[in-house]
Amino acid sequence: MEASRLIYMANQIARNFAPMGVEQAALATADHIKMYWDPRMIAGIRAADAAELTPVAAHAIRLVDGPVPHMTRATEFAGAHADGAAHNDAG
Amino acid sequence: MGYEPQADFGTPASTSEKLVTLTIDGRSVTVPEGTSVMRAAAECGGDIPKLCATDSVKSFGSCRLCLVEVDGMRGTPASCTTPVMDGMTVHTQTPRLQKLRKGVMELYISDHPLDCLTCSDNGDCELQDNAAAVGLRDVRYGYNGDNHLGLEKDTSNPYFDFDPSKCIVCSRCVRACDEVQGTFALTIDGRGFGSKVSAGLATDDFLSSECVSCGACVQACPTATLQEKAMVEIGKPERAVVTTCAYCGVGCTFRAEMRGEQLVRMVPWKDGKANRGHSCVKGRFAWGYANHQDRITQPMIRKNVDDPWQVVSWDEAISYAASELKRIKAQHGARALGGITSSRCTNEETFLVQKLIRAGFGANNVDTCARVCHSPTGYGLKTTFGTSAGTQDFDSVMDSDVILIIGANPTDGHPVFASRMKRRLRQGAKLIVIDPRRTDMVKSPHIEAQHHLALQPGTNVAVLTAMAHVIVTEGLADEAFIRERCDWDEYQDWAAFVSQERNSPETLEPVTRVPAEELRGAARLFATGGNGAIYYGLGVTEHSQGSSTVMAIANLAMVTGNIGRRGVGVNPLRGQNNVQGACDMGSFPHELSGYRHISDVETRKLFEADWGVTLDSEPGLRIPNMLDAALDGSFRAIYIQGEDILQSDPNTHHVAAGLKAMECVIVQDLFLNETANYAHIFLPGSTFLEKDGTFTNAERRIQPVRKVMEPANGYADWEVTQLLANALDLGWTYTHPSQILDEIARLTPSFAGVSWPRLEREGSLQWPVKDETHEGSPIMHVDGFVRGKGKFVVTDYVPTDEKTGPRFPLLLTTGRILSQYNVGAQTRRTGNTAWHPEDLLEIHPTDAENRGLKDGDWVKLSSRTGETTLRATITERVAPGVVYTTFHHPATQANVVTTEYSDWATNCPEYKVTAVQITPSNGPTDWQEDYNSWSERSRRIVANLTAEAAE
Ligand code: SF4
Ligand code: SF4
Ligand code: SF4
Ligand code: FES
Repeated sequence: MEASRLIYMANQIARNFAPMGVEQAALATADHIKMYWDPRMIAGIRAADAAELTPVAAHAIRLVDGPVPHMTRATEFAGAHADGAAHNDAG
Repeated sequence: MGYEPQADFGTPASTSEKLVTLTIDGRSVTVPEGTSVMRAAAECGGDIPKLCATDSVKSFGSCRLCLVEVDGMRGTPASCTTPVMDGMTVHTQTPRLQKLRKGVMELYISDHPLDCLTCSDNGDCELQDNAAAVGLRDVRYGYNGDNHLGLEKDTSNPYFDFDPSKCIVCSRCVRACDEVQGTFALTIDGRGFGSKVSAGLATDDFLSSECVSCGACVQACPTATLQEKAMVEIGKPERAVVTTCAYCGVGCTFRAEMRGEQLVRMVPWKDGKANRGHSCVKGRFAWGYANHQDRITQPMIRKNVDDPWQVVSWDEAISYAASELKRIKAQHGARALGGITSSRCTNEETFLVQKLIRAGFGANNVDTCARVCHSPTGYGLKTTFGTSAGTQDFDSVMDSDVILIIGANPTDGHPVFASRMKRRLRQGAKLIVIDPRRTDMVKSPHIEAQHHLALQPGTNVAVLTAMAHVIVTEGLADEAFIRERCDWDEYQDWAAFVSQERNSPETLEPVTRVPAEELRGAARLFATGGNGAIYYGLGVTEHSQGSSTVMAIANLAMVTGNIGRRGVGVNPLRGQNNVQGACDMGSFPHELSGYRHISDVETRKLFEADWGVTLDSEPGLRIPNMLDAALDGSFRAIYIQGEDILQSDPNTHHVAAGLKAMECVIVQDLFLNETANYAHIFLPGSTFLEKDGTFTNAERRIQPVRKVMEPANGYADWEVTQLLANALDLGWTYTHPSQILDEIARLTPSFAGVSWPRLEREGSLQWPVKDETHEGSPIMHVDGFVRGKGKFVVTDYVPTDEKTGPRFPLLLTTGRILSQYNVGAQTRRTGNTAWHPEDLLEIHPTDAENRGLKDGDWVKLSSRTGETTLRATITERVAPGVVYTTFHHPATQANVVTTEYSDWATNCPEYKVTAVQITPSNGPTDWQEDYNSWSERSRRIVANLTAEAAE
């Protein structure tokens, strides 16, 4: 897929997490990409020219391979709710 | 169900908890305090004659037909205006009353045409019924005196007639328009005998008046004065089936009143918990598209999109589709296949489409049109609260003290809910509107917003953060609530962020263009005015920071403690009828039904065991990504059920290029929509009248849709999906949608207690419904947030990259209007075109003058992506520098000019901000002309060749 578009998207995500600070924002961006991007998009951005990425986004792309904690928590899984409503995603 | 009108109790129900016991005609009856004697009598099976009372409006006491005698009370009080009292003894049928009532009836009838036998209301007329009930046999005054007979009929409204000669001036219509609809279009002109009902000015007919054609007056009218044209044409219905409107996310329920297989009229169902007996012009009247001549009822195929369509049998179409899908999968792998589920189809149909794609195609490339509307709601509310849905039921608004509407235009987008909201506002609730445009909510009869923050489009986050700044720095935060319910550390981080000077209304004023004092006033009102409820729409989500805005809204609700009880909450006003349901059913590429991520092993195992397949564990492509991937050859086949992405998605050129690059485009729809111009296989769809199933509305209410007629195309949409699945060897054996619903319940915890028999019994259920005994959840997060502690998220304002400049100095924002629906495929094929024959561009007088434009001129609307032409209307509803249009008509193709910028988190397109230029023009652009000729060519159909040869 067109690299410029993927780069634009990654930079945009990173920019919106920016207030978390560099390290956290990179983790959140990596988590977000893992959770919402199709594999060919991830492959596409890995192959793209990293110079176009902002520092946070570039760092995030390096993290995507490894285990990433669920930073945004929009992606927390069913059983994990603190209220014990196991497997009930909706409450 | 046979045909009997729903019972009319004469006056509205009382909500009082205190009970009163009285005796009516010797029967003891207990009712809430504040109930009228008339209603109490009706509730215990009695029937007091009445003309000017009906239970949708407050009683008026003008006809004097409902007189009763009360022991110890002098005279004969009107039962509709007399409240019950403890120990009262009432007589409703005495010789004295009979005589009085007969006299009243006689006067009415002497001024009424006696054409009962040929009147279209014959058998459905309360005047006729009451004349019979009081035993009127003969009219002493004769019919020769002064009367209103022979007055001219007003037939201007496309759906109902007004025949003043039959009017008994009971004012039920006027009260319905005021109280139920809140439009105040009707008045009673003149006095005494000369009085008559009129729609506004003397020169106005219904069509040119303020009337929005909701039909409340028609429903309230006891005679044939206000009556559906269809009743006149077809005759009286003989059966009624309760079903749910297929237009918008309010989810009104209706009685579809039928004569044989013919729909006569849709009457809002009084027991419907979403609409409480009300409706809008679309649901009540605009169903003519269902049998429109443009509807395609036979499958068609073609090798190439330049070829004409070829009508084929279902067998042929399905096996061709299956062979194409198999071929492409073999050559390019499963991930080259995908599909789009429809927010207009039922939950069951949506569930099946995503099942077909995941289990049959073998990929997670499934998305839904919520991508282009409310995907940020899902992301934002899940992050902050833990659930991807609104927190309240509609009734909750009646307990609100301050209503904040942001980026929504409920009178046009969600009219029936808007009527409810207006009723609450007339009772004294305060209103804050955040919208670049002066919508009807800002000022309309008897309603005026305390604060209208007319912000610069694209600055929602800045405005909401500035409001939070005021609340935190002025010490108005509800710290007790926050300590108990939210993560305190996260709150403190957030509070420190919003308190920064750069987030103050004064600092942000040049960006937002909202006067700082006005913004401070709004923030103070919201924080201190009592129960505060936030309602929002696509003006929030369709931005590059759509998800951030949703989270900023959630922050605002939490910081003021406005979550978890009646009258408060965060309420996304969902666009399409089943957009909530489509999202719930696993239509997004990264999650299975109930919002569970595809990478979660436990969840995947559950589905794999039930479906007997192995699922791909990686998220699939979203709609815009599918189109991008089509251009590089990695995505080649798509199955689109009931969506018109060419018209509804941004940057039409790009969508067209993506579709054109695909090898197999399967479109299932009622009509040859714009997307079908690029399709190879067309599978005819069915309407909501032709199938069983469920829709889920904006308040998470699951409601039954019931089949009232056979599908014109031969199959309900879920059956078509099943045919395709079985041609791909999936071996599905569903015989009724209730079995699909059982599967959904089995696999989705929030639906665990939902079943067809239960919906039949209870009418509707609001998810989560945890098990068979759980009654559902009208209000969410009551004792705690679903995610545990509410999460404050720092939402930093990031200006959009779509910027105005010398070439494109104006900002375009888009929206919808009442009488049309979305891309208009349905409403354009009904009488609703009387109100909106074309898309118009709203422009401020100053901007118009600078360009030498007059009202009604053709203008060219151009942006960095494209240009189109349409007609201008000059209005101060929009601020200088801002222009506005709708996107209901394909000839306009407003999306030719919208860009591909999108929400950072969800790729929801930024429809609401496009930098544009407006210039005078004298006709359609080249693109419009090219497109029209291409579209005509692409729609050619040749009949079945073999059949033709045989003739
Ligand atoms: S139009 Fe119908 S509802 Fe209105 S005043 Fe006349 S009879 Fe009554
Ligand atoms: S149709 Fe609705 S808006 Fe029009 S006059 Fe009747 S009640 Fe009022
Ligand atoms: S408000 Fe929406 S659901 Fe209700 S009748 Fe109108 S279009 Fe249908
Ligand atoms: S019904 Fe009571 S006065 Fe008309």
